[in-house]
Amino acid sequence: MRRDRLTFGMMIGIPLMQIIVFGYAINFDPKNLPVTVVSADNSVFSRDLVYAMENSGYFRITGTAASEKEAARLLDLGDVQFILNIPENFGRKLLKGERPTILLEADATDPVATGSAIAAMSVIAQELFDRDLKGPLSHLQAGQPPFKLVIHKKYNPEGVTQYNIIPGLMGIVLTLTMVIITGVAITRERERGTMENLLSTPVRPIEVITGKIIPYIIIGYLQVTLILLAAHYFFHIPMVGSVPLLLLVSLFFIVANLSMGITFSTIAKNQMQAMQMAFFFFLPSLMLSGFMFPFRGMPEWAQWIGSALPLTYYLRIVRGILLKGNGFSEVLVHLWPIALFMSIALTVAVGRYRETLD
Amino acid sequence: MSAEEKPVIDVYDLKKSFDGKPAVKGISLKIRRGEIFGFLGPNGSGKTTTIRMLCGLMKPDGGHGSCLGFDVLTEMSKIKENAGYMTQNFSLYEDMTVGENLDFMARLYGISSRKDVVAENLSRLGMTGNKNQLAGTLSGGWKQRLALGACMIHNPQLLLLDEPTAGVDPKARFDFWNKIHKLSAEGVTILVSTHYMDEAEQCHKLGYIVAGELLTEGSPEEVIKKSGLVTWRVAGPDIWLLSEKISELPAVAQVTVFGTELHVSGYDKEALYRDLKPFMDGKWAFEVSKPGVDDVFVSLMEKRGDEGQ
Repeated sequence: MRRDRLTFGMMIGIPLMQIIVFGYAINFDPKNLPVTVVSADNSVFSRDLVYAMENSGYFRITGTAASEKEAARLLDLGDVQFILNIPENFGRKLLKGERPTILLEADATDPVATGSAIAAMSVIAQELFDRDLKGPLSHLQAGQPPFKLVIHKKYNPEGVTQYNIIPGLMGIVLTLTMVIITGVAITRERERGTMENLLSTPVRPIEVITGKIIPYIIIGYLQVTLILLAAHYFFHIPMVGSVPLLLLVSLFFIVANLSMGITFSTIAKNQMQAMQMAFFFFLPSLMLSGFMFPFRGMPEWAQWIGSALPLTYYLRIVRGILLKGNGFSEVLVHLWPIALFMSIALTVAVGRYRETLD
Repeated sequence: MSAEEKPVIDVYDLKKSFDGKPAVKGISLKIRRGEIFGFLGPNGSGKTTTIRMLCGLMKPDGGHGSCLGFDVLTEMSKIKENAGYMTQNFSLYEDMTVGENLDFMARLYGISSRKDVVAENLSRLGMTGNKNQLAGTLSGGWKQRLALGACMIHNPQLLLLDEPTAGVDPKARFDFWNKIHKLSAEGVTILVSTHYMDEAEQCHKLGYIVAGELLTEGSPEEVIKKSGLVTWRVAGPDIWLLSEKISELPAVAQVTVFGTELHVSGYDKEALYRDLKPFMDGKWAFEVSKPGVDDVFVSLMEKRGDEGQ
């Protein structure tokens, strides 16, 4: 152990680091969720409503959308978590006691992410206008709130956890198996001594790496297929979007993870170290990608780490395609970071692969 | 072996160190086409490192030269394409069959008619019946045979063999060396490292390396002649006791026991005879003889001390 510093570091340093990172990063009560406002009313009351939402800490108004269509696209892309719809003449109708309707649309793919904010919204609705409705208007605050709040949980209206988890699991399973499988690929050659023979032949690094990657792409697709079949037949996950598109996008994600594994295996001295590195990569992927805990609930620095991991984007893509029915243009936003990660990992892997025994 | 032909291996002053520790300290070699060059030396003397530098597996830290006409510093991939290297430890895939291993090697060398080449090699190795056997389940001699076949699948003009016969039974060694001579006759150049002296005596040329330096080089006869050694063979009872007494004598450089014989060597013929005379009383049979390469190497080692460690 004394001579295997890396293992030592992995056993002491990493658990410590992970406790700190995950301890601070994980939050089941996400705040500052982005909201876009579609407002056809400019009264005191609608402005007060928006302020009250911001003050609650759960919502952060990122802007206003000109049309409902534009707002819906932002929700599809995952740029905002909520759309607040304020109808025409909201203020006037409120004063007349007509109890106008406020529509809050939520991206409820992850029920946990929106749960607290939705609960907070009901409280806001109850207490909001107590201050404004005084004197002659005080009758409006008797009993029920002066407006109707309709909350529309989109994509996953029943809040079924599986709808969120199963598509996410696909990314988790791929990350774990793909990184480990190639992580040990080159270290095993080195441990068994077959590397010396391989290196003495004229084979090029890119050929070795391609040879190590291609068979596992097929394995990766086998896993994707199995999970999708299970998702459909056992868990009845809705598949709104195009499955072929999902399969196409998965290629980038699979190759990105395989290349990461190859990079690890060029660094690791033995299979054991390669496994440790794979776990070192897997844990933040699990914790900070938005799979286990709402991405928006994490502090900004943790979101930065999450944003460097391909799984974060893949989760958005899988959920986007299956639950939201995202098409290619929405997917592209999350696809290029995966492609970028893939190219970097592949370049590092090829660059680190030694053609000699030096 | 015409003189005007450029040597297949022609390197000067190759150097290599690991973590600041020199493993090879300036080795120069010239090996001609069709020659069998025996590379000898104790464990850890730098044989493997030298071979690796010659086959493009390691880049020398210093020195220059060519192998098969390609520069050892800049054209390593060209050398890899054209030379065959057999590693010291079995380095084919144990979980693949004999046929699969050969096929894989053929692929790596980009051989077009793979099927034919594999079938041809299997029959040449006498392993057609083992085609579907896992390489890991082969015995030592057969593994070595397969490894030799695998590193020759592309018909290289240069073979670099790193202790190919270590741990192999005598019959398999004999077959192996027959093969080596055949290849050499066909014009293949062979550099082979070994610890066996009977194998050394079969080489056209020898190089003896200790602690990263080439101590002597030449044909076995030349090596013996250069050493200036005179050897007496002594046979008789209690030679172990005798060896202790004899080794004290001033003219005796070394005494080694070979089976039931003692080899007593010295550099001065007359002085050695004078010193040994008192023991020639009929109890032991003394016979002056030509020193063997083993006597020469032991003497070289003694002169150097135990630097090889």
